[in-house]
Amino acid sequence: MESKVRVRTTINGEPAEFLCEPRQSLLEVLRDVLSLTGTKEGCNDGNCGACTVLMDGRIVTSCLVLGVEAEGAVIETVEGMARGSELHPLQQAFLENAALQCGICTPGFLVAAKALLDREPRPSEHRIRWWLANNLCRCTGYDKIIRAVEQAAELMAAKEDR
Amino acid sequence: MPTVFIPAPLQSLTGGRSVVEAEGATVREVIASLDRAWPGLRDRIVEGGRLRPNISVAVDGVVSPLGLIEKVPPGAEVHFVAAIRGGAESPGGRSLRGPTCPAAFAR
Amino acid sequence: MAANYTVIGTRPVRHDGADKVTGRALYGADLQLAGTLHGAILRSPHAHARILKIDTSKAERLPGVRAVVTAADLPQTPDRIVDLGEGDTPLSFIRGNVLASGKVLYRGHAVAGVAASSVHIAEEACRLIEVDYEPLACVLTAPEAMKEGAPILHESLRTKEFGEERPGATNVAEHFRHVLGDVEAGFREADVILDREFTTSTVHQGYIEPHNVTALWNNDGRVLIWCSTQGAFTVRDTTACVLDLPVSQVKVTPMEIGGGFGGKIPVYMEPVAALLSKKTGRPVKMVMPRKDVFEGTGPTPGCFMRVRIGARRDGRLTAAQAYLAFEAGAYPGAMVAPAAMTVFAAYDIPNVTIDGFDVVVNKPSTAAYRAPGATNAAFATETVMDEIAEQLHLDPLELRLANAAREGTRRADGPKYGRIGCVEVIEAMKNHPHYSAPLGGPHRGRGVAIGFWFNAGLPSSCTLSVNADGTVNLVEGSTDIGGTRTSISMQAAEVLGIRAEDVHPTVADTDSVGFTAVTGGSRVTFATGIAAYEAAQDVVRQMRERAAKLWETDPSEVEVSGGVYRAAGRSATFAELAAKLGETGGPVVGRGAVNPPAVGGSFSGCIADVEVDPETGKTTVLRFTSVQDAGKAIHPAYVEGQMQGGSVQGIGWALNEEYYMSRDGVMLNSSFLDYRMPTALDLPMIDTCIVEVPNPGHPFGVRGVGEANIVPPPAALANAIYRAVGVRMRRLPMSPPALMEAIWAKQG
Repeated sequence: MESKVRVRTTINGEPAEFLCEPRQSLLEVLRDVLSLTGTKEGCNDGNCGACTVLMDGRIVTSCLVLGVEAEGAVIETVEGMARGSELHPLQQAFLENAALQCGICTPGFLVAAKALLDREPRPSEHRIRWWLANNLCRCTGYDKIIRAVEQAAELMAAKEDR
Repeated sequence: MPTVFIPAPLQSLTGGRSVVEAEGATVREVIASLDRAWPGLRDRIVEGGRLRPNISVAVDGVVSPLGLIEKVPPGAEVHFVAAIRGGAESPGGRSLRGPTCPAAFAR
Repeated sequence: MAANYTVIGTRPVRHDGADKVTGRALYGADLQLAGTLHGAILRSPHAHARILKIDTSKAERLPGVRAVVTAADLPQTPDRIVDLGEGDTPLSFIRGNVLASGKVLYRGHAVAGVAASSVHIAEEACRLIEVDYEPLACVLTAPEAMKEGAPILHESLRTKEFGEERPGATNVAEHFRHVLGDVEAGFREADVILDREFTTSTVHQGYIEPHNVTALWNNDGRVLIWCSTQGAFTVRDTTACVLDLPVSQVKVTPMEIGGGFGGKIPVYMEPVAALLSKKTGRPVKMVMPRKDVFEGTGPTPGCFMRVRIGARRDGRLTAAQAYLAFEAGAYPGAMVAPAAMTVFAAYDIPNVTIDGFDVVVNKPSTAAYRAPGATNAAFATETVMDEIAEQLHLDPLELRLANAAREGTRRADGPKYGRIGCVEVIEAMKNHPHYSAPLGGPHRGRGVAIGFWFNAGLPSSCTLSVNADGTVNLVEGSTDIGGTRTSISMQAAEVLGIRAEDVHPTVADTDSVGFTAVTGGSRVTFATGIAAYEAAQDVVRQMRERAAKLWETDPSEVEVSGGVYRAAGRSATFAELAAKLGETGGPVVGRGAVNPPAVGGSFSGCIADVEVDPETGKTTVLRFTSVQDAGKAIHPAYVEGQMQGGSVQGIGWALNEEYYMSRDGVMLNSSFLDYRMPTALDLPMIDTCIVEVPNPGHPFGVRGVGEANIVPPPAALANAIYRAVGVRMRRLPMSPPALMEAIWAKQG
């Protein structure tokens, strides 16, 4: 067994420290070492987006990031989106628009969509679709997901405008 | 008297007839009356005292989960159809049966 | 049946919503039990080979490895026939697909399982297992497998034909035949006859969550299983059967499930994990790698079809004939029976002959995929109908309307339809703004198609307990893939006169709820809904008795309406009565256990606008509308969601998805990169139109909606592509290379 490496990072705004083998992906670390199972494994080769997290503000597929690469980085996962008991507008919009059926892709979509809305206040439908093209959903056909993102965008932009 | 529709592969046993009249108030009785008129028919539909698992019976167009014990009203239509799974399963109570055709399938 | 409902037809937030958007919901792979070992499966690299020897010694010696199992570790009981939901099957076939014995029959066939301290060590150990194979010739399509002299997969397999077996070794497991009227006479009456051949490729359900299991063979002899499944009872019964245990010795706790579409009904890793747990005394967890999901689970059959339809000049169909040869994969059970029963099910045709063949080939053993068989069949029928409409200069929807199946129409497999909504669906398509919207521009076209699915009934159980605060706990056994715990709760709430939010649903394990059949077959909102309805009626009856006790009158004097109980000048709400249960006799628990006959099929249709790039063969979907008869939409947003999801799976099936196989039976595109499913960028919004022709077999008129919507899209897209670039596609998928070949062939 390879000896473990000690990694210090920030996860959802809190300092975090863990031991991991060099061959373990960030996805594995989040789920199996830190018990943050909200981020999901769908393919383990970067093609489905179920493992999407933000790393220093950028979207990454955590299955293609090594755990040791998180050293000194700022990681954001779905577990960090709600503020206490108050859901993020995206989470609320997904529920109100029935934008999930089985829900396995939902954490990845939420994190990816948050990265978009944090940058662009009122993205067009095409922009949203382009941005989310690496998040696969097999249940919804994407329609209600796009509508939920549009609704959340409107809500968040209106709050900003005020 | 119920009317029974004979599936194409069994019509050789009924002299080519696709529709026959039968007697009986339950599916079991109807099949027994068919077998009296056309010997050998029952064995193609029934095995070990129940409908062969790949076969369902529909009475007046409704597929019955009760099989042989389903009641057949006078004048009803009886069809034998392939049991449809379609992403679904049959009742768990039928899951384990005794050895049948062991010679054909035993390794 | 009330016309105005309080809860039914509204759109409450789903009960598991907060958990699913925060990442708290626990899917199978999220379970973390103390002491868990991690498992991996070794799979065959060959599509067809004899297993000469398996040597696991090197694997067992790798540090961190705790146990290795092969087929030799399965109970060596004599073979017998079992019926576990996929029809009459030899137990050896079921065990054989779990762990291969004697032969491997497809690339990806499981050969051994390993449990180790980490998944990485388990995978390394798999690479150290030495298997001596004798490769055999393989066969990959139904027509090839049906030829004289084709390699035989199972020496003992004989063709079954309605209870009789034909002699001789074969790859044809079963032959279905349906005959109505006289098809040759019917063709003689026709003014136009079209005879076309079609081929479709193997496609996968594509659920994003891979198969998973944690198994613990406990010290008391009970086998505890946690997994993501469409049917906890199926897992229980099949695992018990494979391991030769009484069913009560296995307990299955279903976790949340990340998609299934039929593919998570069969059992794959559960018995292997259980055996590894027995050997190690520890829980063993296995999560299937994506490549193995493609190569080792149950995609849906590819097929060869021939459809011949005759029509009079006025558009009336006089005869129809179909030949359907479906690839079952390694073991019998291709869904060709439903294909045979749906191929002409939308039409009233007096003369029909249908032949269906279930053929084994060296590919993974197929499983159900959303209306299995019907999508293949409709691709054939609905494109031929389009050609007939063109030849007779008839509007495609008018042609369909003129021949539409109605109540009383006799289907080719025999029974007459009860109340159905085929005509209503076609008329909704005709009247939809999409159908008459202008579509200008080069290489653009619009196509339509319709389809049908039976929907299942099957057993479901439910209990309802009343809480002192006027809410109820609902326990049911239908794993929730798409929001059904809410649609079931809504039906109970409607009966009780309370809010949907006041029902607390739980999907329970196999020890805690009565037998419930799989989540599939479009049956849950229908059948488990009826179970909840009956449990709620049982609660109402008991609450009336409690009110009668409280007010010292007879239960027959107590009237209930809108959740308010009235008698002898007194009244109380459900909640007020609930607060008094303790003083009127104790708990109130209602139950429902049902097995409703499967009445109430669903028709669906779609309108598709496409633009084809004639230089690349790429098809862009510009606009898409799905129409479906839901009987009664309990929660319209989730009905819409089913229609949209099924439509998009149909679009992927039509335009790009396929198992791209080498001649040696190796899937060359076993990843989400190259098994290319639709992304958000590939699609427009999917418009929906819910038609409601109530189902007489359900108290609220519900017809299952999960499946019929995937049936028409490939044909509709083929018809649209024809109008866009003038080529008739008879092969799925209509991917860019396939379309370019057709375009070039047309250009000469």
